[in-house]
Amino acid sequence: MQNVYLWIVLAPLCGAVITGLFGPKIGRSRSHLVAISGVAISFLLSLVVVYQHILNGAAPYDSTVYTWMTIEGICLKIGFLVDNLTAVMICTVTFISLMVHIYTVGYMQDDDGYQRFFSYISLFTFAMLMLVMANNFLQLFFGWEGVGLVSYLLIGFWYKRESAIYASFKAFLVNRVGDFGFLLGIAAVLMACNSIDYAEVFIAAPMIARSTIQIIPGVDWSLMTLICILLFIGAMGKSAQVPLHVWLPDSMEGPTPISALIHAATMVTAGIFMVARMSPLFELSETALSFILVIGSVTALFMGFLGIIQNDIKRVIAYSTLSQLGYMTAALGVSAYPAAIFHLMTHAFFKALLFLGAGSVIIAMHHEQDIRKMGGIWKQMPITWFTFLIGTLSLVGVPGFSGFYSKDSILEAVYASHISSASFAYFSMILGVFVTSFYSFRLYFTVFHGETHIQEHLHETPLVVTIPLILLSIPSVVIGAITIEPLLFDTGFGSSVFVAPDHNVLGHLELVFHNSISFGLHGLIGLPFFLVLAGFGAAFYLYLIKQELPELIKQRFYKIYNVMDHKYFFDEIYQLFFVHCGQKLGTVLWKFGDAGLIDGLLVNGSAQLVVWFASMVRRLQSGYLYTYAFAMIIGLLIFLTWFITTH
Amino acid sequence: MLSELPLLSLAIWFPVIGGVAILFGGDNPKFTRLFALTVGILTFLISTQLYTEFNTQTAAMQFQECIRWIPTFSANYHLGVDGFSMPLILLTAFMTVIVIISSWEVVKHRFSQYMAAFLIMEGLMIGVFAALDALLFYVFFEAMLIPMFLIIGIWGGSRRVYATFKFFLYTFFGSIFMLVALIYMHDQAKSFEILDFHKLPLNMHEQMFIFFAFLLSFAIKVPMWPFHTWLPDAHVEAPTGGSVILAAITLKIGGYGFLRFILPIVPDASAVLDWLILTMSLVAVVYIGFIALMQQDMKKLIAYSSISHMGIVTLGFFVMFTLHRHTGNFSGATMGIEGSMVQMVSHGLVSGALFLCVGVLYDRLHSRQIKDYGGVVNSMPVFATFMVLFCMANAGLPGTSGFVGEFMVIMSSFKAGFWLAFIASFTLILGAAYTLWLVKRVIFGDIRNDYVASLEDVNHREILMLSLLAITVLIIGIWPDLLTSIMHATVDNLLRHSTLTKL
Repeated sequence: MQNVYLWIVLAPLCGAVITGLFGPKIGRSRSHLVAISGVAISFLLSLVVVYQHILNGAAPYDSTVYTWMTIEGICLKIGFLVDNLTAVMICTVTFISLMVHIYTVGYMQDDDGYQRFFSYISLFTFAMLMLVMANNFLQLFFGWEGVGLVSYLLIGFWYKRESAIYASFKAFLVNRVGDFGFLLGIAAVLMACNSIDYAEVFIAAPMIARSTIQIIPGVDWSLMTLICILLFIGAMGKSAQVPLHVWLPDSMEGPTPISALIHAATMVTAGIFMVARMSPLFELSETALSFILVIGSVTALFMGFLGIIQNDIKRVIAYSTLSQLGYMTAALGVSAYPAAIFHLMTHAFFKALLFLGAGSVIIAMHHEQDIRKMGGIWKQMPITWFTFLIGTLSLVGVPGFSGFYSKDSILEAVYASHISSASFAYFSMILGVFVTSFYSFRLYFTVFHGETHIQEHLHETPLVVTIPLILLSIPSVVIGAITIEPLLFDTGFGSSVFVAPDHNVLGHLELVFHNSISFGLHGLIGLPFFLVLAGFGAAFYLYLIKQELPELIKQRFYKIYNVMDHKYFFDEIYQLFFVHCGQKLGTVLWKFGDAGLIDGLLVNGSAQLVVWFASMVRRLQSGYLYTYAFAMIIGLLIFLTWFITTH
Repeated sequence: MLSELPLLSLAIWFPVIGGVAILFGGDNPKFTRLFALTVGILTFLISTQLYTEFNTQTAAMQFQECIRWIPTFSANYHLGVDGFSMPLILLTAFMTVIVIISSWEVVKHRFSQYMAAFLIMEGLMIGVFAALDALLFYVFFEAMLIPMFLIIGIWGGSRRVYATFKFFLYTFFGSIFMLVALIYMHDQAKSFEILDFHKLPLNMHEQMFIFFAFLLSFAIKVPMWPFHTWLPDAHVEAPTGGSVILAAITLKIGGYGFLRFILPIVPDASAVLDWLILTMSLVAVVYIGFIALMQQDMKKLIAYSSISHMGIVTLGFFVMFTLHRHTGNFSGATMGIEGSMVQMVSHGLVSGALFLCVGVLYDRLHSRQIKDYGGVVNSMPVFATFMVLFCMANAGLPGTSGFVGEFMVIMSSFKAGFWLAFIASFTLILGAAYTLWLVKRVIFGDIRNDYVASLEDVNHREILMLSLLAITVLIIGIWPDLLTSIMHATVDNLLRHSTLTKL
């Protein structure tokens, strides 16, 4: 199996290197052929892995590929850990990536950077696979920063646009703030366990559960809480949780395929995956779990609100992504790791579908993204319309669709949890269901129904675009119902996820619901479904029937609108405190510290002192006899005075 | 067969003699550059022999050569390398080849002298790393100033005279104190052998005095905050090759001095005064990081970034004392010191590469100002790829050499104390901020002006030199064991010396 695992990772890398270095030489069609086959190989092999591990119950595979460095008896290496969690992740990643690769052939066909784009997305797939298949923190960090790098390159893909390169710079920096915490977390793990291999760390973790560390002298902090929170800061950066979420909406400056691949389905899920992978650590710190729960539920609700007022088709979906990531994070906070990964997977399918659907509309609209200029296009683009509708129904969680199963299991888990602030989380997430439904249907109605604002006749996009949409819409409907039983009811993740006995919030699901059908039927009479219907109704009324109402509401509640329009002023505050103050500080240190104090006063000052001293001393050597005679007399006098007074 | 030859002497004198030969060889640039390249490559091949035949199991000096030199002072011509000096010699020889390629057809003025200066410089720098006799070390250390003085003074920019004097006086000022310390120790030990100094018992007063004397010399060389202000000026005025050598090698001599002299010779003073070094290092990381952010001149920006990165190096050297105070043992110290060594080598490659990138742009537009560029990627896509790669390495991206050293030092300093690692980790954010802001303003964006539009992409020669560096940067990033495995024994030995009290 070693070779299978190795080629899952290497095939996309080969694709990336070949298209990256020789792309212009081998031409467009060969480039995309190479890149697509690389990812296709990866996907097929990952199906083998799923078959082996999830269906056949193969034992987890944990082995080293090569040793990066050995130091002080600590072996830092590159190696793979493949278990059920990894299997789910690689299958999701490679499938979405394959769809996006195919879709790109259509979406980017007029772009000059065609080969470059394929190289980047293949490289991204490689980095993401390295991340999820890692068996140690070092490689995790490799993949972690690797996806950050490719995301930087892809957001700034259209490098002539000032807004795009600004967004890419911002994304990298905000991610770096997260990585700052993450790296310190790794350092803390290394200090506590003297190893950064998952297996060894997880064995050592219970033994350091009661250790403390003094960060501020005199105050003992739980070491495990510190480790978990530092690691989670990394996850907040990657998975765009408040307050490190600011980069994700701006990242929509990149081409749409990467919005689907990176900023919905894969890279942003790295943080969720990481916390699930580290469940043996996080289970030891309730403080950290509560912290995660609060961050997650705040993100879920408040980012959802912002989705309501956006007018850019991609930005609406981007805020929806933020909100859904909040749901996953909250699931982690209540120790429902399987539910978080389950939602991660279903979300990957329907969110990629929504983004690619949006991209299809954008192509047809000649790169117009403002939803106010769309409307009523469902007849002209039937495939896009229908698949987009499926994605929307899945996102809002209509019973039977994939998104319903995963989101409802998260809500059930949060409801069952007794961890502190769980009730606050439940309230905001239930409210979030309404918000999700409202902004999703608002988007759907404004784009596909209502009166049209388009003069020309739109055409359905070519097959390379619509086939991925169709292929993605299938799992968006069925994957939840199929996989909820193996993943959540049985211990589908096996040994890869650890849950402390008193944190087991998913255990009752199986007892109550037995199978996916009863879970779905129960959903029809549940509170979340009524909220979905309410959201649908409200959107229907406001955006199809009384279309002048939204404008009135906006004027009536202008203050609230203004706060939301500025995204709660996060950007402005960061701009003021970090960017502006950082630049001021830099200038002051440079002009005052370096140029003024060190150079001006000390360096050039001492040079001038020498000059001044020399000019004074020079007077003594004037060459005039009377000066010397005078000096001699004064010297003699001083000497005599000293001689007489001391004797 | 080759190991029978005096490899170190060859590595020192072959380029020096080659350089002198060029000086007297006439003014045919075509012949001169081929000759210089041959000498450079041969020297590099000689130095690779040091790597392949190096015994990684021992901390003893290898490839030793010892001839009586000045019997009255009991000074010997004593050469030898260990796990610290060998990689730096390799780096020196490698970077000289790169510099020769970089000035192939670019330098027009007094070309043969230019080449000669760099070859002689190479020999002297290898001499600094290989010398085991303190007097010999000092001679090489000072002699090295002369070619660099000329390189900046003759081929430099408009304010070159101010920069040369500042550079020369600054470093010379520092090394005078080192000479006094060396002579003092010679009086005690009756020998100039550096290894004898390691064993020399010294009381606290003596150690303090020697510590500060060395510190002044090496802190200026590194340069550490607040002794760094000569560096931005020197870099800005130096020609491209001068900047490359200055950043890649001469700064490393300061770091090397900490390992060869301060830590083993005055361990007790180092243990008492480690807070001073740690403070200076952390200030360098943060303070200089902020200053780098605001630079308008590309070379100045990279120069400040160098100072900030060297802060990580000195942090890694001295973290072991805090480590010992907090944990009671030295586990983690090896990681700090080796991390610093990797950081030095990596910084040599990366900052060298970045100066070459600026040189490539300067050769075309004759400006180093960031505001004169913008959208370079449009007209120079290949160049842009290299520049982004090296900038990422400078920002410490995993997979490049820039990550390895920072990672190791941060891991080590976390063991010593949370706040040390916390402040050091600011390099992650600040490094990314100033480097990628540079990329954003210079490389990306729409074409700023007609000059940028008319830029020609890198030619084969430039691609060659940049790819050599890029490959090395990636290899060290992907498999750093190549570099660290040769240091283990030497670092263990250093730790034995610097953790034993001499009192």
